[in-house]
Amino acid sequence: MQLDLRTPMGLMFAITGAILVAWGLKTNGDAIYAKSLGINANLWWGIVLLVFGLIMFILGERRQHKLADEPPEPIDESAPRRGHGH
Amino acid sequence: MQLTFVDWLIMLLYFVFVLGIGFALKRYMKTSKDFFQAGRALPAWICGLAFISANLGAQEVIGMGASGAKYGLETCHFYGIGAIPAMVFVGIFMMPFYYGSKARSVPEFLRLRFDEKTRALNACSFAVMTVFSSGISMYAMARLIQALHVFDGLFHALGWAPEGIFTFSIILSAIIVLLYIFLGGLTSAIYNEVLQFFLIIAGFLPLVLLGLKNLGGWHGLTAAVSAVDPRMMHEWKGVLHPSTNPMGIEIIGIGMGLGFVLGSGYWCTDFLVIQTAMASKNMDSARRVPLIAAVPKMIFPFLVILPGLIAISLPTPHTTTTVTQQNGAIIHNTQVVSQTAAEGRGIVPAKVNPVTGKAMLDASGKPLLDYDMATPNMLLHYFPTGILGLGLTALLASFMSGMAGNVTAFNTVFTYDLYQSYIHKGASDRHYLAVGRWATVGGILLSICTAYAAISFNNIMDTLQLVFSFVNAPLFATFLLGMFWKRTTGHAAFTGLITGTVAAMLHHGLTLPLEAVPGIHGGWLGVTHRYSSDMAQNFYGAIWAFSSNFVLTIIISLFTKPKPESELVGLVRSLTPKPETSHLTWWKRPEALGVAVLLGAVALNIFFA
Repeated sequence: MQLDLRTPMGLMFAITGAILVAWGLKTNGDAIYAKSLGINANLWWGIVLLVFGLIMFILGERRQHKLADEPPEPIDESAPRRGHGH
Repeated sequence: MQLTFVDWLIMLLYFVFVLGIGFALKRYMKTSKDFFQAGRALPAWICGLAFISANLGAQEVIGMGASGAKYGLETCHFYGIGAIPAMVFVGIFMMPFYYGSKARSVPEFLRLRFDEKTRALNACSFAVMTVFSSGISMYAMARLIQALHVFDGLFHALGWAPEGIFTFSIILSAIIVLLYIFLGGLTSAIYNEVLQFFLIIAGFLPLVLLGLKNLGGWHGLTAAVSAVDPRMMHEWKGVLHPSTNPMGIEIIGIGMGLGFVLGSGYWCTDFLVIQTAMASKNMDSARRVPLIAAVPKMIFPFLVILPGLIAISLPTPHTTTTVTQQNGAIIHNTQVVSQTAAEGRGIVPAKVNPVTGKAMLDASGKPLLDYDMATPNMLLHYFPTGILGLGLTALLASFMSGMAGNVTAFNTVFTYDLYQSYIHKGASDRHYLAVGRWATVGGILLSICTAYAAISFNNIMDTLQLVFSFVNAPLFATFLLGMFWKRTTGHAAFTGLITGTVAAMLHHGLTLPLEAVPGIHGGWLGVTHRYSSDMAQNFYGAIWAFSSNFVLTIIISLFTKPKPESELVGLVRSLTPKPETSHLTWWKRPEALGVAVLLGAVALNIFFA
């Protein structure tokens, strides 16, 4: 499979994280954080997701580039193929 | 609930990526193998995370939270006993036959090992069950969206009638799931299951952390839960007798019924999960898939059961009036709490009778609690707008990937085991690819019908799940004998399966949990035995179904003619060369991973004991 899932997934989490960070900075100190015990949950969790997303994205991109350079991995088809009757 | 544009933005972003992945995968879907089996080319970690996510539908997420609120840590048995050992077993011992036989589905494996009629029985019952399950998932999602008022603001802004929210939720989820499976087949479903896996962690980890911080860490949680019911912080205490633990079960029912029969029946034979392992790139990977899945499975009790425990042990909200003086003026500030919330426990609301609008009471006059709201209410309680959108997206994602897993299992079994085998043999591969795509459309349409049927007939969900349990309970005995005893014959397997299902039905008809009236809970043939709880009844019903199938299959096998050994190579353990793992370093071998997982499970059980 040529599409490494980590690329789109990393992108999605990074963007989500960035949105949360921006929103968290804008609403910092607002009354909405009474719910989350006074912690700016958007800002802090946004940072976590942003970092996670970027790591995934970079790993996925590196793998895509490596795959483009190398021949595809051999897939195990050595076991005798049993008839399906058709 | 007050959602702002940030919440919508996060939800929208998820939908865009889900569909984007579907479109990106479309160009790789050239043969039916690409579509139905993901080309058998996915890495083990992706399949492993999908293996556990396929089971982690929203009913599981919400149900485990509900069970945590109701029974406490005893719920962990569903992980430590009901899942982990079976996952290790299927990886080490059964995957070599599933993957090595080159069967494209579990029913097809039954045809290779036994005969045509056993496959037909399994394929038909499985196809029907997947369609209904996906419909139930859809219905539950639409109901939750209604209960949480997710789309109310949107509907108000657009001037639409709020009655349309149910239909809107169903159509929206149906279109998205349909599109991404139609385009990307099993690969799309698996990729989205992995996405959902990480979303659940992203949505629920901060929830648990906030809840624990609120209660004062693990010790605070223990103290708060003990104030509700001290037995709830123990997984194993009082399991020797059903009257001394919250679930009303005991060790034989847990070990045999839940662990050996139900857990293995699900994790080792259900094509819904097995299909993800069969999509991996080689035998080593396929065997590692359930073992990789078992690692996060051990951590998930913290994410899905703890929210329920935290919800029940928080202070119950009451209507309060605070009086403050400002510049000489007296200000009354009244925080109104709904009657259902005030009569509930913690932030778990009381159940309301939809006709009278009053809280429902149990036999002893206490209000019945709506445990299914435990986890959703936790999200509303702790999450401010922004991260709330993330939590809701995680819930929506798990509903949709639960549907998607059922739909891909359905289209594969329908196309290969029903259409190709009985309706139209020997057509081109392109033809079957097209059939698979249209089977996806048909499966989703049938699911929508099921969801609407569930509105009109209140009991349809309970009844369906009951019937599924009758069909599934005896399955593991057939696979166990088929894979490990070469003498097992097709006639025996077929008769055994039917007998097992009949035994499960008879058991249900003849027994009843305490405090239940005959009917949907059992006893419709007359009550010969009363179990201490419906869970005990369920576990023992499974034991009866398994045992009668097991014994009868052996007896009939001895009187019927077995398949010649040459036809069973690759399908039965004694006639198949052991899978070669010596090329792997020792810690990469499935056996080593299996031992590590089991040790982890033991440690976890001791921690929760």
